[in-house]
Amino acid sequence: MQRRQSSKTPKQPLQGHHENQTDLSAWRKGGRIDPGKSVQNIQSPNDQKNDSKQDSLEQALSYFAKVQDRVSLKNNSVLQKHLTTVESIALQRGLPPEGFDVLLNVALSGKLADTVNTRLLKSLVPASVIPETSVISSVSWLCVSKCSGNIQLLFLRWLITVFDFIDRKEQLHALYGFFFSFLQDEKMCPYVCHLLYLLTRKESVKPFRIRRLLDLQAKMGMQSHLQALLSLYKLFCPELVTITLPGKMKKWNTQLIIPASSTNKNNLEENREKNHVDLYSTSESFPVEQLQTFPQLLQNIHCLEFPSQMGSVLTNPLLLHYMNCIKDESVYLRLYYWMGQTLQEECTWCVADNNQYEEEFKDFLETVYKTECFLQEGFSSCEEFLYKSLPLWDGFCCRSQILKLVSWIPLSSSSEMKSHLYDPLAQLFFTSSLYFKCSVLETLKELLQNWLNWHMIHLDSEFESEVYSLNTTLSGLVNVVAELIHFVGWISTVALRLENNATFLLYFILDFYETVCDMYLRYNLPLLIMPPAGVFYPALLSMDSVSLNQLCYIMYRYRTNLVAAKENELSKKKTLQFKFSSQIYQEYNQYIIAMVGCLWTSRAFQKDIHPQGLRMDDELLKKTAVQEFRTSFNIVYHPAMMGYAVLFLQQAWPDDTTFDLSLIKGKRWNWYLEYLYAQGLKGLKVFIESSINRVSQASHSKAGNVQV
Amino acid sequence: MESVEGAARTLPSIGRLSRGPPFGRAQGRFGLSPSGRLLPPAPRSQENVDPQQTAFLLRKQWTLYSVTPLYRFSGARLRDYGRLLGAFIAAEKQKGLAVEVGVELDIKVAVSSLPDLRGSDQDQAAVLVQLSSRSSASRKNSEEKLLWSGWFCCVSGDDLSERVPEDFTCLPLFLANGAESYTSIVGSWFQKTFDCCFRRLAISPLNLSWMAAMWTGCKVDKTASALELVFSVPSLPQPLDILYAIHPEDAKDLWDTVQKTPGEITQEEVDVFMDCLYSHFHRHFKIRLSATKLVKVSTAIASAHCDGFIKFLQSQYLTGVLMLLTELAISQIQ
Repeated sequence: MQRRQSSKTPKQPLQGHHENQTDLSAWRKGGRIDPGKSVQNIQSPNDQKNDSKQDSLEQALSYFAKVQDRVSLKNNSVLQKHLTTVESIALQRGLPPEGFDVLLNVALSGKLADTVNTRLLKSLVPASVIPETSVISSVSWLCVSKCSGNIQLLFLRWLITVFDFIDRKEQLHALYGFFFSFLQDEKMCPYVCHLLYLLTRKESVKPFRIRRLLDLQAKMGMQSHLQALLSLYKLFCPELVTITLPGKMKKWNTQLIIPASSTNKNNLEENREKNHVDLYSTSESFPVEQLQTFPQLLQNIHCLEFPSQMGSVLTNPLLLHYMNCIKDESVYLRLYYWMGQTLQEECTWCVADNNQYEEEFKDFLETVYKTECFLQEGFSSCEEFLYKSLPLWDGFCCRSQILKLVSWIPLSSSSEMKSHLYDPLAQLFFTSSLYFKCSVLETLKELLQNWLNWHMIHLDSEFESEVYSLNTTLSGLVNVVAELIHFVGWISTVALRLENNATFLLYFILDFYETVCDMYLRYNLPLLIMPPAGVFYPALLSMDSVSLNQLCYIMYRYRTNLVAAKENELSKKKTLQFKFSSQIYQEYNQYIIAMVGCLWTSRAFQKDIHPQGLRMDDELLKKTAVQEFRTSFNIVYHPAMMGYAVLFLQQAWPDDTTFDLSLIKGKRWNWYLEYLYAQGLKGLKVFIESSINRVSQASHSKAGNVQV
Repeated sequence: MESVEGAARTLPSIGRLSRGPPFGRAQGRFGLSPSGRLLPPAPRSQENVDPQQTAFLLRKQWTLYSVTPLYRFSGARLRDYGRLLGAFIAAEKQKGLAVEVGVELDIKVAVSSLPDLRGSDQDQAAVLVQLSSRSSASRKNSEEKLLWSGWFCCVSGDDLSERVPEDFTCLPLFLANGAESYTSIVGSWFQKTFDCCFRRLAISPLNLSWMAAMWTGCKVDKTASALELVFSVPSLPQPLDILYAIHPEDAKDLWDTVQKTPGEITQEEVDVFMDCLYSHFHRHFKIRLSATKLVKVSTAIASAHCDGFIKFLQSQYLTGVLMLLTELAISQIQ
């Protein structure tokens, strides 16, 4: 009976230590006392597997109990085998109480290398309990310092982790003074504090210990672990600890992430009493805790109840879906109050001493933003928070989150936008980096798009008339949108000057206008606003072909929108409440004359009629000593295009090294255009094809522009 | 103008881009103070308040909180709430403590109504929560010792209560006296049960000066105590507080010369009153109090600290002070 023998061997050293040693086999499932019976009982392969595991653990324990000298792991396959056995069994089902004494003894005795000790300590997972005696003997190992500092730390961490699994703690309490003495070790101090925190009883609090802790605090500064222990001392003996400790680490009433839990049953009962009609819904309500899948939501949507705290819906997409279907105002009101209060309470720049929670606040703002994206609408509590906090914002803290939330500010015809949003934003905008300026422009573009989308959705919905009569009239909405566009036009003009017409900035500005120029056709909003001259001319004269191409595309879309508006007006298909003023056509025409004059007819200096335009006297131009000044901004000589012209010449006539750009005319002009289009200048293509009336393919000089 | 905008927001949610309150915004929405206030009701309007009923609220320091409207709270079920809260406290006390903290006392919870504490019929009756200890040894004979008390109230909070739907109960002001750990447990239970939010209610120096002026003008029968103002000097390595005590009759005389319209106080009058006190102080001590921060005001009526503490001293002016505090609480939650 080999089994029987092996089960006896590991018991020998164990019994020497413990009087109350439990039988090792009792730990096995359905522990067998009679070895004879047990042999017969081995029937299923599972049992067999368990038993063989049992055997190997017993062998491993007996091996570790006998280890005498330092053994290296590398060359020792026996040690490797036993170590792996202990680890795998520990992780699968935990170790029996008897194992701890052996393993702790060997791990803390310093007989083995630290890597082995670490692995042993990490596998000390209890299957049931840990005998107090084994912990006591390991503390004595700790006192003789046979093991390294790292192992000591690991042991303390282990002890804290498994504290609740130690079967009795009376003797451990008797060692309070020993643990306390470890406080002087700087590395061990935090863990010892934690352990003492777990061990402290009222009788452990002594004046000399308080003095020691205060000394340590004076030496090491305010450490959270010392503070925690001191406050526990103060809790037990307020008369002994007279110093004021800082308040709680976190305010009690704020929880940023709330788990969804159903409303108190008693409240439901109340509801039932109060409202007998509710009987059906309340008696069969589906608790939110059980809501895990979308099909579940669909099956129970008639009897689902909202959680007791509405704040928990933020992290629960299923409940957000449900919220979207529900027209109960109290749902939004509960969320409104919770979110409004939480945002204000947690705001890291409005509330002093909140700095340390910046990461947490960022996450929260991010969650709110994601919810807004999910619901495709902004929260008014968030809007109010932004209005309150933006004037105090440094433009740095939680920047990307705050800007994202700005993009979801709801559309309302309120006069608050200027003083609460535009003014504080402009102040930060002008005094911040190029990157911040671009982020703000991007945000305002998204804000505009969100408003326009909202307008589109509600224009389509049957509630159209109701919406406009009650919430905001169409003209009110047009005014709010116009105000935003004018604001962006203004800050863009100033920013371009401040940043020396940086291309990067210009890209974001023109990106905004790509939305603006299409509002009539794409979003059905009877509003078009041209960019100010301070944006138009820097784009037209930009050194960069990307900006010029973007401008061409935008002007093409303006044209398409304006032509469509004029056609609708003329055909009078529907009675239009709103008509574009002649001013917008006039502005467009001024710009188009300047553009065509620049890029195509080389007559910009004569033809430009915009008051802030390029019109200049020939006399003045001659003084600049630039030859051929007329052509200097056409598609060949324009600083943004000249590179293309040179490459075009190089590719078309590789032998010609004179680079005479004046060769590009007539037929070559057309080839050059095709070349430009092929280079991806699609904006230029649609612009030229739509806005330039080419009288004859051969004579480009006669080409004129079409005014709308 | 504000109310027009408010009406525009009373819409089914389909029609709004925003999800928020189906009511308008209160005056002074972004922390602005109203330019004028009515004086707290004169003592005669308080005749219905039995001083005995509210005597236990006096001469205790209360920590102030604002509370958002309570969802599905019923004034008829206070006894049940007490029972539930008691069970919750018992559970919380067992949870989360690594070691037993001494022998725990049996805590008794009582939730009751204080029907007198309101300004108008529209106000919800105040709700009192009391935690007291019962020693388990001699349950019948031993006296119960009050451990902690807190109360919710609303005095002339029409601004808020008129705007919320029926499901909500407006008791925007919460006052607590006792260990913060109990406040935390009780507050958590209310937050979980009625989906409301608690926030500490600080009193700005501006509002403290309002209190100084308003309370100076109140008549008190007995020999009144001095008007005491505590200022803290900012940006000093060591904290420095200045206590400025004014004889109540002198203060009253000054106030009477400042106040023009009886029954109403304006911001300008408050400013003039404080400026007079400041210039008097400057004449004697060459210290400009306007450059310091007003942190505490004490009068015979009440004393208030900027960190959000109040002590009521006169039962006849209790509702008057609560009215002002209700207003501050409402402005914090809107």
